[in-house]
This record gives sequence, C-alpha cells and structure tokens, in this order.
Amino acid sequence: MNKKLGEDLNKLTTVIQQEALIDWSDLLCAFSLKRDKVLYIKIYQNFAPKIKAYIIRLGMVDTTAEELMQETMLSVWRKAHLYDASKAVASTWIFRLARNKSIDWMRKQKYPDYSLQEVDEEPSEDNDTGEQLITSDRMAKIITQLPEKQGQVIFMSFYEGRSHAEIASRLGVPLGSVKSRIRLASEKIKMIWKDEV
Amino acid sequence: MNINHHLDEATLVSYAAGAMSQSMALVVACHISMCDVCRERVCSTEAIGGMLLESLEPVAISDDSLKNLLERLDEEPLLQVSNTAKRIPSDQKDYVPGPLNNFIGNSLNNINWKCILPGIHYYDLSCKTERGGVSRLLRISPGKSMLLHTHEGNELTLILRGSLTDEIGCFTVGDIADLDSDIEHQPIVDGDEDCICLVATDAPLQFKTLLGKIVQPITGF
Repeated sequence: MNKKLGEDLNKLTTVIQQEALIDWSDLLCAFSLKRDKVLYIKIYQNFAPKIKAYIIRLGMVDTTAEELMQETMLSVWRKAHLYDASKAVASTWIFRLARNKSIDWMRKQKYPDYSLQEVDEEPSEDNDTGEQLITSDRMAKIITQLPEKQGQVIFMSFYEGRSHAEIASRLGVPLGSVKSRIRLASEKIKMIWKDEV
Repeated sequence: MNINHHLDEATLVSYAAGAMSQSMALVVACHISMCDVCRERVCSTEAIGGMLLESLEPVAISDDSLKNLLERLDEEPLLQVSNTAKRIPSDQKDYVPGPLNNFIGNSLNNINWKCILPGIHYYDLSCKTERGGVSRLLRISPGKSMLLHTHEGNELTLILRGSLTDEIGCFTVGDIADLDSDIEHQPIVDGDEDCICLVATDAPLQFKTLLGKIVQPITGF
C-alpha cells in the first residue's frame, strides 16, 4: 500500500469514529464539491460491498461483479458533479449507475437513459418525493408489509432484472396479473413513503 | 407541453429496475425526457431500487480492490463540467428526444422511410428487441389507420409529431399509449398532418383482418 493511501485510510478512520450516523446524500454532495479522496473512500466502504452484492444477484460471477462494481465506483468519481440531492438520495443515484453499468455489460448495448439535463430544470416547489427521509431499515419493513406475491415481483424486477414476460412465464401467471401485482406493490410503497413523511 | 397519456406504473417499475429490452426502454426514456410528471414518477420508482440496494447484505470485496481503484483515480483527468441545464424546447416542430438522437440524429425530416401500405411508412431502428418484438418509427398520413390488432405482450407508442385517435382517446405530441393484451385497437390519424410515432413491442402483434395477416410477414410487425 502506498504512503498516500495509508494516510487517506488513517484520516478516514478518524472521520468514521467522529460520525456514527452518516447522511450519505450530504456526504456525496460534499464529495462532489471537493473530490476529496477521504470522502470517496467512505462512500466506497459503504456502497461497494452492496453494489457487488446487487450485481451478483443479477446473475454475474464474482470476478465480473468485482469489475463492474469498480466501474460503478469509477462513475461515482467521474459523474459526481451531476449529483443533485434535491432530485435523488445517494443510494438512488448510485443504484442508477450500477444498473446501467450492469445492463450495458450484460447486453453489450447501452440502456436508454433519460437525461435530467435535457429538459428545463426550473426549481420545482413540489419536487420532494419524501424518499430522502426513508432509511434502508424502514424500506425493508415496507417491503415486508407487502403481500408476498407483490414483494416477489418487485424483487424479481429489481434484483433479477426480469421483464414482465419473463416473470409471467416463471410464475406461470398471465402477463396482466404480473403487471397488476407490480402496479399495486409500487403504488403501495410510494403511499407508505408519503404517509411516513 | 400538454401531456395527457402517461406510463403505466408497471412499465415504470420495469424501466427503473433495468428489466426492459433496449427497444422498450428507448420509448420509455424518450417519454420521460418530454414529460415532467413521469420524470418525477420515475425518480421515486428508482428510489425503490436505491433502497433495495442499501438493504442488501454486503459481500466480501477483494483486498486490493480499493487500492486498484484509487490508482485508477490518479490517472483520471480532473473534470470541470458545468452543471448548467440545457434547455431544448420540446414543443419545437422538429424536436427529437435525446435518447432517440443516438439512433436517428436530431431531425425527423431525414428519415429513410419504407412503405408498408399507401399512407403508412416505417423505419426500423437498430435497437435490440426481444421475443419477436419491433423497434420502429411509423409515419401515418391523415385519414389513414393502423390495422386493427391486439397484442400478445406490451406495446408502447410515443407520438413525436401530429396526433392519432383510437378507442382509448386522442394522443398528441409527448403522449404515450402504454398497452397490453387487454386492448384491441385501431389507431387512426385524424389531424391534417402526418403522424410520426415511435413504437416498440415485446411480442408480435396479432392482426384481426385478412389484410393485416397478409402484410405481417412482409413488414415483420
């Protein structure tokens, strides 16, 4: 390990000891302004093992997952200036990067992504979806509140990347039933978010 | 832009999860680029992905992973990109949504159309499809209609120019028809200009008429 890295890690240990509870969106914002390696390492230590876990869930082998995790974290570094905490919490933004890297690799083609910058970005007074206040613990609770069949289709979509048609054939149910389960689950999750804010 | 027809919640989830074919995701991304309502909705749907990511059990990372990454960062050029938003007026006559730009450039006026039937032209995009679906632009003349059909799977149609009407309602620029096998419809162009729309399906259409059945093998619809 080189000397500079050793110093970075030492500084990091101090920072972590000082802050028990971390707001990752604030931290990502601070990082985007300063490109500070200590902050970057903190983000890495929290998110990299989860990004890799997500990519493995999508069906990738360990070495590929490791590689794509690194590519995702490299995107965090490269694209941090585009992060806007008023539009998405850190985990949402990082999820998008990990999703796009994984799909582009799996399909050898680019996943069409909308650009937030393409359209006029006038500050909206009502753009707070409330998601900022939801912690991962509470999310886990929300998912467990869903009927099993609804939780299942959400997991199959997000963790396995399966299309409606694939889910329908795996579960042996009509396409329409898959769509209505997904619709109900998503609306319910968003409703609970709103109620909790 | 006055958009009245939006994406189905189930479609938003599939897009946000990265679970769609490139052809279907392209139509969704184009609509989101034009529609403030669906842009807000997709952000909160992607938040489900973010929260699921956060709630995953961490897995082991190789020991030298961080070191390798930090070494790569040292080789990265320092980016100073402006975060100023660029306004593209989506109500301009020849507007092409950003995600579609990669496939046809920035104008709808230079497309190499092919004729299916008098008054109905198409252009296939080099976009990957699944399960026999299509990814194409359609140009339909006033008074002409698509052939009556149902779907085995999902069908997404985004209006880029002009308007069309079917059993569900009237669709104008930016509107999306997000349909599945429950719907049997026959869109007709009722305005006074050609209607150009971006269409993707994830299964072949099922035509109800003899003409449709004859044309289908030729057009690949």
